[in-house]
Amino acid sequence: MFNSVGPPNGRMSGHRDVVDITDLSRAVLEEVFKVASQIENQEIDLSHSLDGKVMALAFFEPSTRTRLSFESAMCRLGGKAITFLEPVMTSAAKGENFADTVRMLDYYSDVIVIRHSVEGASRFAADVCNSPVINAGEGMMYHPTQTMIDLYEVLKCLGNIDGLRYAVVGDLRHARVASSLIRGLMMFRPDMIYLVSPDRLRVLEETRRSLSAAKIRFEERTSLAEVLGSVDVIYLTRIQRERFGDALEYERVKGSYSFVEDDVKKMKKDSIVLHALPRVDELSPAVDRYPQAKYFEQAKRGVFVRMALLNMVLR
Amino acid sequence: MAKIKNGTVIDHIRAGRALQVLRILGIRGDEGHTMAVLMNVPSRKLGKKDLVKIEDRAVQPSQAQLISLVAPEASLNIISDYEVKEKYKPQPPEKVEGLVRCPNPRCISNKPEEPIVPKLSVESKDPVMLRCVYCRAVLLGDEISTHLVE
Repeated sequence: MFNSVGPPNGRMSGHRDVVDITDLSRAVLEEVFKVASQIENQEIDLSHSLDGKVMALAFFEPSTRTRLSFESAMCRLGGKAITFLEPVMTSAAKGENFADTVRMLDYYSDVIVIRHSVEGASRFAADVCNSPVINAGEGMMYHPTQTMIDLYEVLKCLGNIDGLRYAVVGDLRHARVASSLIRGLMMFRPDMIYLVSPDRLRVLEETRRSLSAAKIRFEERTSLAEVLGSVDVIYLTRIQRERFGDALEYERVKGSYSFVEDDVKKMKKDSIVLHALPRVDELSPAVDRYPQAKYFEQAKRGVFVRMALLNMVLR
Repeated sequence: MAKIKNGTVIDHIRAGRALQVLRILGIRGDEGHTMAVLMNVPSRKLGKKDLVKIEDRAVQPSQAQLISLVAPEASLNIISDYEVKEKYKPQPPEKVEGLVRCPNPRCISNKPEEPIVPKLSVESKDPVMLRCVYCRAVLLGDEISTHLVE
């Protein structure tokens, strides 16, 4: 079910890592959603399922929701979380390499949750650690647990993930939540995925190639207005300022799209608006009061999904 | 062209790829080997082909595997005392470890401070496409010779 990566030193193999959404099969995802739903509906009690277990949170990039929801999830399962608040407070600031840092965390914990700007960091950590590694956001491509939450929210709101029309909107070049969601959708059967972005922020060629190989219908657009009334799910992303090497390049695209009250009025009544948050100026707070606005509910459900995942990985 | 006494003849290299093969072998030209490089010569099998002859030079199995990725039809002839001692067609590997760098500069396998060996899986053999097992960046066949580990 899970990807098994044997560490090169041969200490142990077959542990359960979640590095990319495609490491999980559709069946495993559906099992996570089922357990998350049971937790949410208070049909099962997992409050002591991870008693005595320790989760290490190794966040080398800023985070609010992801870090706190993992922490909350572990506490609600009876386990404990250890963390460093800033990499600058660790030996990484003294020049310690990443491998040595995660090896140490491996000795201190039962599961390691990593966020890093360097691509491949989680897979490498999975190579050097015995404990399972969960990727909590990496580079411009990977955020598997956010994708689980996004798909779970779609499932809870619309009753299905297959057969729907999706518009993934915004910074499709740099936003890992978008790349990861698109790869996650490839495991299902969406009717259509519209990739809506300014020209400078279009999806990477690799994503385009993968969608074609998976025979998923998709179209690239520069305007959301053309598809607004026909889609079931609008997934907004902010412009990822921190991923621009060139400040001038960021200035060129800053504020180039925004989802406002007039837009939500043109949507189908039973469609939904999702956003992984935080938002900047791409999603107006005036949208919040409409029934289609599901992003805070989505963030709330992140705890249930991460509880289900931690429970699955550690038991 | 004169026969070589001892060394390696790499035949049936896809036309235009001999220089990539030389790069995989680490040959810059100043090593002192007697060498012949023929490019775009007529071939019954391929239409056109390249061919490389190198005196007093053996090809390592790992190098032969990489050659098979940039020149899938290539055959290697080991020459000893003017005779073909062994002839074989190298087979493409499933995974390339420690020989080729990931093309993504943001990949952890390109961080010199980390104790990591670059690993790429061979996702497709025709056309050749390798994928970094760490960051999943794609390296195409034509790019292999410019991403060799020094």
